[in-house]
Amino acid sequence: MNPVNKSSENDFLNLLTEAGIVIRTASPLVWQIEAEHWRTFAELAMLHHYRWVAGWVEENPPQSPFIKGEENDSSQSLFLKEEATKDSPPLQRGGVGIFMVNACFEKNGTYLVLRTTVNLNHPVLPSQATVYPAANRSERHSHDMFGITFTDHPDPRRWTRHQAWGKQDFPLRKDFPLQGSPPAITPPDRHYDFIKGYGEGVYEIPVGPIHAGIIEPAHFRFQAVGELILNLEERLGYVHKGIEKLAEGKTAQELIRLAGRVSGDTTVGHSWAACMAMEHAAGITPPPRASLLRAVLAERERIANHLGDMGAICNDVAFSFAFMQFSRLRESWLRHNARLFGHRLLMDKLVTGGVACDVSPSDCALMTQEIAALREELADIITAVDLNTSLEDRLYTAGYLSKQTAAAFGTLGYVGRASGQAFDVRRDAPYAPYQQLNFNVPIETQGDIASRFWIRAKEINVSLKLLEQLLTHLSDDTISADLVTAWQTPAVGSEGLGCVEGWRGEIVVYIRFGENNQIARYYPRDPSQHNWLALEKIVLNNIVPDFPVCNKSVNPSYSGTDL
Amino acid sequence: MLRLFSKIIKTGVVSESIPVVQDDELEALGIELKNQISKKFSGSIAIRQVDAGSCNGCELEIHALNNPYYAIERFGIHFVASPRHADVLLVTGVVSRHMQTALLRVYEATPNPKWVIAAGDCATCGGEFGVSYASCGAVANVIPVDLKIAGCPPTPLALVQGLLALC
Repeated sequence: MNPVNKSSENDFLNLLTEAGIVIRTASPLVWQIEAEHWRTFAELAMLHHYRWVAGWVEENPPQSPFIKGEENDSSQSLFLKEEATKDSPPLQRGGVGIFMVNACFEKNGTYLVLRTTVNLNHPVLPSQATVYPAANRSERHSHDMFGITFTDHPDPRRWTRHQAWGKQDFPLRKDFPLQGSPPAITPPDRHYDFIKGYGEGVYEIPVGPIHAGIIEPAHFRFQAVGELILNLEERLGYVHKGIEKLAEGKTAQELIRLAGRVSGDTTVGHSWAACMAMEHAAGITPPPRASLLRAVLAERERIANHLGDMGAICNDVAFSFAFMQFSRLRESWLRHNARLFGHRLLMDKLVTGGVACDVSPSDCALMTQEIAALREELADIITAVDLNTSLEDRLYTAGYLSKQTAAAFGTLGYVGRASGQAFDVRRDAPYAPYQQLNFNVPIETQGDIASRFWIRAKEINVSLKLLEQLLTHLSDDTISADLVTAWQTPAVGSEGLGCVEGWRGEIVVYIRFGENNQIARYYPRDPSQHNWLALEKIVLNNIVPDFPVCNKSVNPSYSGTDL
Repeated sequence: MLRLFSKIIKTGVVSESIPVVQDDELEALGIELKNQISKKFSGSIAIRQVDAGSCNGCELEIHALNNPYYAIERFGIHFVASPRHADVLLVTGVVSRHMQTALLRVYEATPNPKWVIAAGDCATCGGEFGVSYASCGAVANVIPVDLKIAGCPPTPLALVQGLLALC
């Protein structure tokens, strides 16, 4: 465990005891409580500044009395030491199935999984979304997929479900077959109860699911007066592909391929988080060289996406010079990806226990040249961009996200860091190889589109420095040349949590194994899930024509959210 | 402003100078493509891109067609905002069930003559996601497909080559 402030943790435990909440601990960072205390716990956690990270559900999970993790490395332990407890909680009550509901919290870099069980025939649980807005859509997703009712939920409308399956069908339940029984043509989701705007001059703009550009589908419903946006409601779920259901029964290696396609732009990030979760479950550690290479891939992914985004933000305010320059740099970066690793977007380079690629000394030299060249190019372009008043005019003060709102939604990554939210998994809950690297996490407090632009520029600089350090380590002859640690089939019911800093921010993945190396549950939480909530606030009081640039400054993943 | 112009001058036209080694193939293809398009579409082909359930990987590579290296507009190929302006639908991803009606409507809204290109492994054969309660699988399961471009995702070069095959 991280050296969390012990006394504050004890305060928290005392507070819980006072509230009558009994924690049946399966391991120090997995706390099981009674369902009735679900919301009370959230209220107390909020008081103690815990951040709500993710929520997921399992039906009758295969039993494991403990969660495995890396125990040797104190700074590493996102998850736990191997500690079997004899009085693990009864899962089957009187032969009736259960749902195990999980909520992950984080404080000072320590992740805590809170769990409870509810009866399968009467799955009701107090909502945590009344306390943590970040839990809102996650609970609605759990309702649509498992049929769990979260009482007093502030917004009980359906979320992931459109019209492809019925109100009483729950795709992630075990009795729901992967093929389901969908209609020949799934009708459009016509009767979703959007918020209405009233008053003189208030009108609505429905946008999507298919947009005017080359972009993922979703529906946006604006209420506006003149050009001013009064309200925006997002309606996602259009690219729901059944990823969680598809994952069930896959082998560890097959899962990585799927994880790499949760969100195509974050293929390294999601694969890494999935690998980390599975490696924790299996109790293996990838060799040092593999960790270094994973970080090289992750930082290259970050740079490629930031370059693309910076260009696209400029394009959305019609500043083509920067768009062309940044997209040129991105293309040249991707071509190097193809040359060095065999894939422009770096798909399928991670394997269980390691990586499926390596770099030679000449590759390292090539990357060093590339880094120098990119720095030189950026110096020219950034200066030209910085001095451009018309760009300044469009980006400064537009799309403002206050520090308070960002914190309330648990906003992550560059969106959070542009509004004063400093959290970065690489630094605050470090995993190999980031403990051995020196870097800082840039932060901005202005909270506007310009901040989200400049934070990306700063993050590119940090990533370039990280790449240089990684290359130095990779050139070190004393490091073993091993790229893969042999996979060990995890025990039935073993589980693991993977947390990495993807280019959009913290990615959290939960995995539980069933029999024969098969995945029983896979839940990936992309940072976009939280950042979408922030976008609804970012656009308020902006003009409708600025929505695209507001959206691009956040660039949330649709696919990674809809799953 | 001077810096901006000096950078533009310093950068030059990458779309012409770069292809010498790596992209000569593209240049040849592009010119051939232009000839083909001229015959059938009077010098322009308007593409409406539709993401029917992609992971966004294919979109990234389609975006790349507009970067200065490929600069696909110089061959008379451009992306349009409405299916009503389009000759070609470029569809990516499996067709998620939630997008099925939207895709059918886009197809209906595209004036004849029209062509449909399924781009990427998901769109061509279902890829990683296949057919399920949430997905109709390949694009051809929903609307007629004239051309398939494989790849996960297809590279920009593969996309240009694919467009050539259509003409």
